[in-house]
Amino acid sequence: MTAYEPVIGLEIHVQLATRTKMFCGCELVFGDPPNTHTCPVCLGMPGTLPVVNAEAIRLGLMIGAAFGGELAQRLVFHRKSYFYPDLPKGYQISQFDEPLVSGGRLGDVGLERVHVEEDAAKLTHAGATGRIGGSTSSVVDYNRGGTPLAEIVTLPEIRSAEQASSWLRLLRETLRQLGVSDVNMEEGSLRCDANISIRPVGETTLGTKTELKNMNSFRFIEQGINAEVARQTALVQAGERVQQETLHFDPRTGSITSLRSKEGSHDYRYFPEPDMPPVAVPDELLQSALSSVPELPLERAERFRTELGLHEESARLLAFRRALGDYFEETLQAGGAGTDKQQVANWIGNDLVRRLEAQRKDDEAGETDTDPAQSKVTPAALAELVALVVAKKINRKAGEQVLDVLVAEGGRPQAVVEAKGLAAVGGADELRPVVQAALDANPDVVEKLRTGNMKPIGAIVGAVMKETKGRADGGEVTRITREILGL
Amino acid sequence: MTDPISLSVVEAASALRRGDLSQDELFTAYRDRAAADDTNSFTWLADDLQAGLGGRDAAPGTDRPLAGVPLAVKDLFCVTGVPTASASNLLRGYRPPYTATAIDRLQHEGATILGKTNQDEFAMGSSNENSAFGPVLNPWDRTKVPGGSSGGSAAAVAAGLAPAAIGTDTGGSVRQPAALCGVVGLKPTYGTVSRYGMIAFASSLDQAGPITRNVADAAVLFRAMTGPADRNDMTSIGWAGQAAGIEVPSAERLDGVRIGVPTELLGEGVEPGVRASFDAALARAEELGATVVPIDLPHARHALSAYYLLAPAEASSNLARFDGVRYGNRADIGDGGLVELYTRTRHDGFGPEVKRRIMLGTYALSSGFYDAYYRRAQQTRTKIVEDFAAAHRDVDLIATPTSPTVAWGLGERTDDPVAMYQADVTTLPQSLAGVPAISIPCGLSDGLPVGLQLSGAAFSEQRILDAAHALEQVLGFDASPARRRGPAAPDAPAATGKDAA
Repeated sequence: MTAYEPVIGLEIHVQLATRTKMFCGCELVFGDPPNTHTCPVCLGMPGTLPVVNAEAIRLGLMIGAAFGGELAQRLVFHRKSYFYPDLPKGYQISQFDEPLVSGGRLGDVGLERVHVEEDAAKLTHAGATGRIGGSTSSVVDYNRGGTPLAEIVTLPEIRSAEQASSWLRLLRETLRQLGVSDVNMEEGSLRCDANISIRPVGETTLGTKTELKNMNSFRFIEQGINAEVARQTALVQAGERVQQETLHFDPRTGSITSLRSKEGSHDYRYFPEPDMPPVAVPDELLQSALSSVPELPLERAERFRTELGLHEESARLLAFRRALGDYFEETLQAGGAGTDKQQVANWIGNDLVRRLEAQRKDDEAGETDTDPAQSKVTPAALAELVALVVAKKINRKAGEQVLDVLVAEGGRPQAVVEAKGLAAVGGADELRPVVQAALDANPDVVEKLRTGNMKPIGAIVGAVMKETKGRADGGEVTRITREILGL
Repeated sequence: MTDPISLSVVEAASALRRGDLSQDELFTAYRDRAAADDTNSFTWLADDLQAGLGGRDAAPGTDRPLAGVPLAVKDLFCVTGVPTASASNLLRGYRPPYTATAIDRLQHEGATILGKTNQDEFAMGSSNENSAFGPVLNPWDRTKVPGGSSGGSAAAVAAGLAPAAIGTDTGGSVRQPAALCGVVGLKPTYGTVSRYGMIAFASSLDQAGPITRNVADAAVLFRAMTGPADRNDMTSIGWAGQAAGIEVPSAERLDGVRIGVPTELLGEGVEPGVRASFDAALARAEELGATVVPIDLPHARHALSAYYLLAPAEASSNLARFDGVRYGNRADIGDGGLVELYTRTRHDGFGPEVKRRIMLGTYALSSGFYDAYYRRAQQTRTKIVEDFAAAHRDVDLIATPTSPTVAWGLGERTDDPVAMYQADVTTLPQSLAGVPAISIPCGLSDGLPVGLQLSGAAFSEQRILDAAHALEQVLGFDASPARRRGPAAPDAPAATGKDAA
């Protein structure tokens, strides 16, 4: 049977973090009572005209610069026409053949374009499903109408649902670190549509695509794409054809329903917005955008890997979670020369994050980052803790106990070690008699060890730990055992 | 004492400042005349001076240049709390929450609002017969149209119902009714007057302008309407970038002025009487020292077809907002759904000409037709812009008859849209080129006024006003309203549909 591969492109709408709307002075606030942030312009009252928000353009240019795309020299807007109550003018002011950014790349996915436009108002449909089908009435909140959006369109270079969701996480973190958007999927400041087609493996032309609309979590994106790929594959294997259409994925039922077919698709009648003649992008605006782009996750990960020698996985973890990365670098600074960077990375990425996340059970979606800088564990304390463990002044297990105390109460590791008597049972001199005693007490284990079977050494380590109340170093116990037995 | 109605804007403002006349006296004199209007020029009249402030708390100080001058304002200008319908049933009764920049600036200079004037619905028309408030009658002959779309504004000034009026010009809508009513109409350079608060017809062409009894008044009102670029309108360039301000014209000679006459625009459509009057005016210009030369505007003959694609295309989009959801009159659809709400509201609310242009424009922008229509028309427009630029390397001003004919009979062209569209053939090229143009009355043909159009390069308003003023002095056209007061023709359509104040 022919094997098929999915071909996926994403279209991401990002609400830009400006103070005011795209074409008027209304303030942007999420969650305020409906229709409290409106004016004649964003309500499309007769006679009103749009005036472009320079900050939105600056943020759009920052996105383009971050992706290495080609930045437009002039701003050209088009009108995209369709009738719907969420669109007060009967057209959306968007961009068409001259987007703000052309090309570019983020990680493993190339970009087609980034353009800026205004968001539609928010419709709420009263009725069982919350969707327009079957609803009895609909109400409109124009607070959202006119919010600046950047639409980011990828090339069809994604080959799996998992790749789509992991790339989208990278995009979200990159945009977050750029500071151009809140990128909050629940509040809708980041929304994702996927264009999906399948083709026989090895084929280079594209199959007929469908567009899966508005999936508002990473999990739904993966589920939705997988469901649609499965649907298309089943269709094609049954000898049928995929129809070009716009689809909705219902995460509750896992079902996919058609919103409109190609025949029912809009003719948007794009034409140049006559209320806003083309204007050159002012040089100050461009320079301001270029100089505002910070070090971004992929660059930081690369630096952590090549300059600090972190493993790939640690480098990405710390770079993709800005708060962790910043805390990591502060800890290195506090620790000074000679600090074991990989160990610090491990302690932050595993032990500290796990403890801090356990503290905040409310954050189940993991939408907001855990920030160790907000905890009671100072970078200096963590650096000291890692140094104690690396120098074998305490063993790892003791280190974890110290960290428990730091997370709960703060303080300095050395003080905790002393208060709790966690200092490691010193060097070989102190430990050797204890190991010898354990070997003497377990002749059967010794016999196995002598045959080269090292598995039962755990029993020796366990006995030593029991004797030292856990303060011995497991590696040291093994080393001494080998020495005594001449292995 | 002088009859206040006989005073021009400049004269009235001066009398008000001197205290020879009170603001109330002047307002009431015009209010009384306008209330007895039999030309259907107004869609709304202010009850008193207070109502004429249009949303302002108090009248500006008496030291302002236009303090106390009442103006007739085209219905499509938004004025806070004042009925503003653009002569459409869809918006009948709508009262905007804000005031248009152009009107706000006039108010700031002291002007008050006498009333809103009738017009073609959404400014689409050349005869003022496409109005939800009924047609306007030409004060010179009440069986004739006043021209359009600013027909009410022109008729109100011609009939002496207001000292001056504000109109808008998209393809000739200030100049042509001014010509047909024997008054002065100025269409400024595109962008010099803010469009904010004008209910849009065609965004890239719409431009507000004054309609007055004489050229000096047009200069004074234009000066008040322009100014710095409006931060609410990205197409506004204002007058701030120009070195000189607008002066009240006083020129008496035209020495050294070169006037070009585009032979293409004097084809068979121009009536002999209009042609004779136009030629006589040019002869007077030469007597004042001007040189008149023939010029070529090779693409001007395509202006009509380009305009009737571009303007409807923009209009089809600009009028999409009238859906009955947020404002205006919503059709009662019972249990009907969204599509029915849109369909019925727009079906009931828009008149036939508006629907025709929405269809034309929608078609021109449709996928598959865009290149053949909209794009082609834009290319033609660029050629026309280049034609005017080339012509102005040789001549200072370009002269044409404002309208190929004098005012025609009510109902005469309503069944033939193309004949109606051809009324604009001499004003459309300047609109597409974005250049300023004035129409001044230059004589009579069959007892009806003939208009002379003078246009110039962008921002040459002062030169145009100076030349028009010099010619006005020698042409001796009597625009005083008393001269043509007379009983309504017995078969004239009744004035209908006026909103209550």
